[in-house]
Amino acid sequence: MRSLEAEGVDTIFGYPGGSIMPVYDALFDHTDRIKHILVRHEQGAAHAAQGFARVCGKVGVCLVTSGPGATNTITGIADAMMDSTPIIVIAGQVGKAVLGTDAFQEVDLVGITQPISKWSYQIRSAEDVAWAVARAFYIASTGRPGPVVLDFTKNAQVEQIEDYAPKVVDYVRSYLPEPDTDPLSLVKATELINNAKKPFVLVGQGVELGAATEELKAFVEKGDMPCGCTLLGLSALPSNHPLNKGMLGMHGNLGTNVKTNECDVLIAVGMRFDDRVTGDLKTYAKQAKVIHLDIDPTEIDKNVKVDVAVLGNCKKTLKKLTIMMKANQHKEWIDSFAPYEEKEYNEVIKKELNPGEGPILMGEVVNAVSEATSHQAILVTDVGQNQMISARYFKFTQNRSIVTSGGMGTMGFGLPAAIGATFGTNRTVCLFLGDGGLQMCIQELGTIMEQQAPVKIIVLNNNYLGNVRQWQAMFFRHRYSFTPMMNPDYVKIAQAYDIPAKRVIDRKDLQAGISEMLNAEGPYLLEVAVIEEGNVLPMTPPGAPINEMLLEC
Amino acid sequence: MSKTLYTLIVYSENIAGVLNQITAVFTRRQVNIESLNVSASSTQGVHKYTITAMSDEDTISKITKQIEKKIEVLQANYYTDRDVFILETALYKISTQNILENRNISKVVRMHNAMMVEVNPTYSIVEKTGMTDEIISLYEGLKEYDCVIQFVRSGRIAITKGNVERLDAYLADREAHYIASKKSE
Repeated sequence: MRSLEAEGVDTIFGYPGGSIMPVYDALFDHTDRIKHILVRHEQGAAHAAQGFARVCGKVGVCLVTSGPGATNTITGIADAMMDSTPIIVIAGQVGKAVLGTDAFQEVDLVGITQPISKWSYQIRSAEDVAWAVARAFYIASTGRPGPVVLDFTKNAQVEQIEDYAPKVVDYVRSYLPEPDTDPLSLVKATELINNAKKPFVLVGQGVELGAATEELKAFVEKGDMPCGCTLLGLSALPSNHPLNKGMLGMHGNLGTNVKTNECDVLIAVGMRFDDRVTGDLKTYAKQAKVIHLDIDPTEIDKNVKVDVAVLGNCKKTLKKLTIMMKANQHKEWIDSFAPYEEKEYNEVIKKELNPGEGPILMGEVVNAVSEATSHQAILVTDVGQNQMISARYFKFTQNRSIVTSGGMGTMGFGLPAAIGATFGTNRTVCLFLGDGGLQMCIQELGTIMEQQAPVKIIVLNNNYLGNVRQWQAMFFRHRYSFTPMMNPDYVKIAQAYDIPAKRVIDRKDLQAGISEMLNAEGPYLLEVAVIEEGNVLPMTPPGAPINEMLLEC
Repeated sequence: MSKTLYTLIVYSENIAGVLNQITAVFTRRQVNIESLNVSASSTQGVHKYTITAMSDEDTISKITKQIEKKIEVLQANYYTDRDVFILETALYKISTQNILENRNISKVVRMHNAMMVEVNPTYSIVEKTGMTDEIISLYEGLKEYDCVIQFVRSGRIAITKGNVERLDAYLADREAHYIASKKSE
């Protein structure tokens, strides 16, 4: 406990159990300094820690017991690994003497988590605690952040040591958080940028993780370079910034994807060329010289071969490039996005936001909520249509404003992550999820009830697993194999948890419902019955060239 | 892409579980490890892994980077046979009776410049250190006389042809950087 306090931990998400009881007993005496949030399932603890970490930038901590407690966090650990989220999972483990004997609730957690964590370590004696905890925080939070697992044997929890003192770890000789930047790479990158007629910047979450949003803005403004953002990088540049041309990828904006395959210099900052961003790699940005700024050398050339790799923290490298490069104007190139923006607006966005009559559409709900919060809120999403639609239509004015499961695409992520987010910020937290994802971690409504965590839950209910249904319609001849969803009465469920709730079926009640939700002091559940067979458009079919987006289906 | 036999040399902290992490990187990319040798290195507390695998350069470079990314791994590099000096050792257990009955067997051993390291009334052991081809050639030669009871080959060990142990320079460099950054704070 003192090691955790020494690292500045004030919030823990957890669930007690046999092998972690000594730690929980100690926690009982520290509740004045450490707030413990009792979740209803360990998966919820891991996702809540992620939500917390993503909004405030601190390391999210979760505390669980051995065996099933530990394995229940696996999805969250893998998710945090994919999305570079700094969390620490402290799991109980059976005593050293019975390790390897299939003791009650024993599981080889280090073995299981090694491939899905940044670092995984078993603490077998009390002498190890201060060192391991300090090292865990250092590793989780530095360089490219990621999850760390501490497997804490019961004997190490109860042993007493003399002269306890928290340790500080700021150097591990086998771990280089920030690779050195080759000065020559900066020179080469500058040359490419200066000579570019049609530069295009890809903005990833690395910009937020590196706290480089100001540096990014200065960089793109000096070079007058248009940008596209990845899903996780959406709030790294304000949505209304004139150079922000929208989202990249499968359900991104038409202009950004088309222009990716037209630009002459592609500058990727803190992103990893995920297949959902690139589509078919064989046709991806082949015409362009590619510059890749990243802190993680394994990302260089992993998916897209680059011409210049600028390694290092983008806060520093962007700053250096901005100084080295010359100011530029690319008006004609930037204006060339406009016809595509117009086309997308006329053929997709206008219909989605102003349908006039008929069932409520998902996009108009998202847009209305975003406007009602003056685009100041934090967006948390689950996974699927609710995620893509809200990523498309929610607008951002501040950084660290989007919490979503990108790489893993974890259904059930949204509700616990939103709970975690409310403990990391004072801003309004709006959660969009579907009727499928809500039921995957629905037990966390109990946590919301107990903590009065002010999550604004918007359920876009279409009685389908909507995203899979959309794919079935497009690629599987409308064979809706197990995607229709039989739903309970969510308003009644919310009432059982004492969470104020309302169902909106009619468009005319939508604004009032949203106002009531936002005006409510604490949590609120707004269920919106949306069009059953609504589609997220535009869309690049999986494996297709990224510039070949479908505007209708 | 054409496949080549690459030799990876990996240095890691001497902590349990590192081998697991290294082999997992190969498994994920569906590359078989041909041979593996793990032993203490010349640097205190550091283990040296010599791994060979058939792969193309693109894949092996990604594997190498992903291994180096593991927290406990100090350094990972890959080489082709041109860049390293290579040796393997093999032991061949032969029935002594066979040797006495067929003089060609000891002739094969001499032709391959191998050594008899143990002789007793029931069996004898031949040792051969050399390149992979030489070891296989001796095995094939002995097999003709149907006398090999057991055969074992070590993993490859390799030394780079460069002049310095790159790890020591790397560690010294990291240490110096760290101390310098402390001073500048």
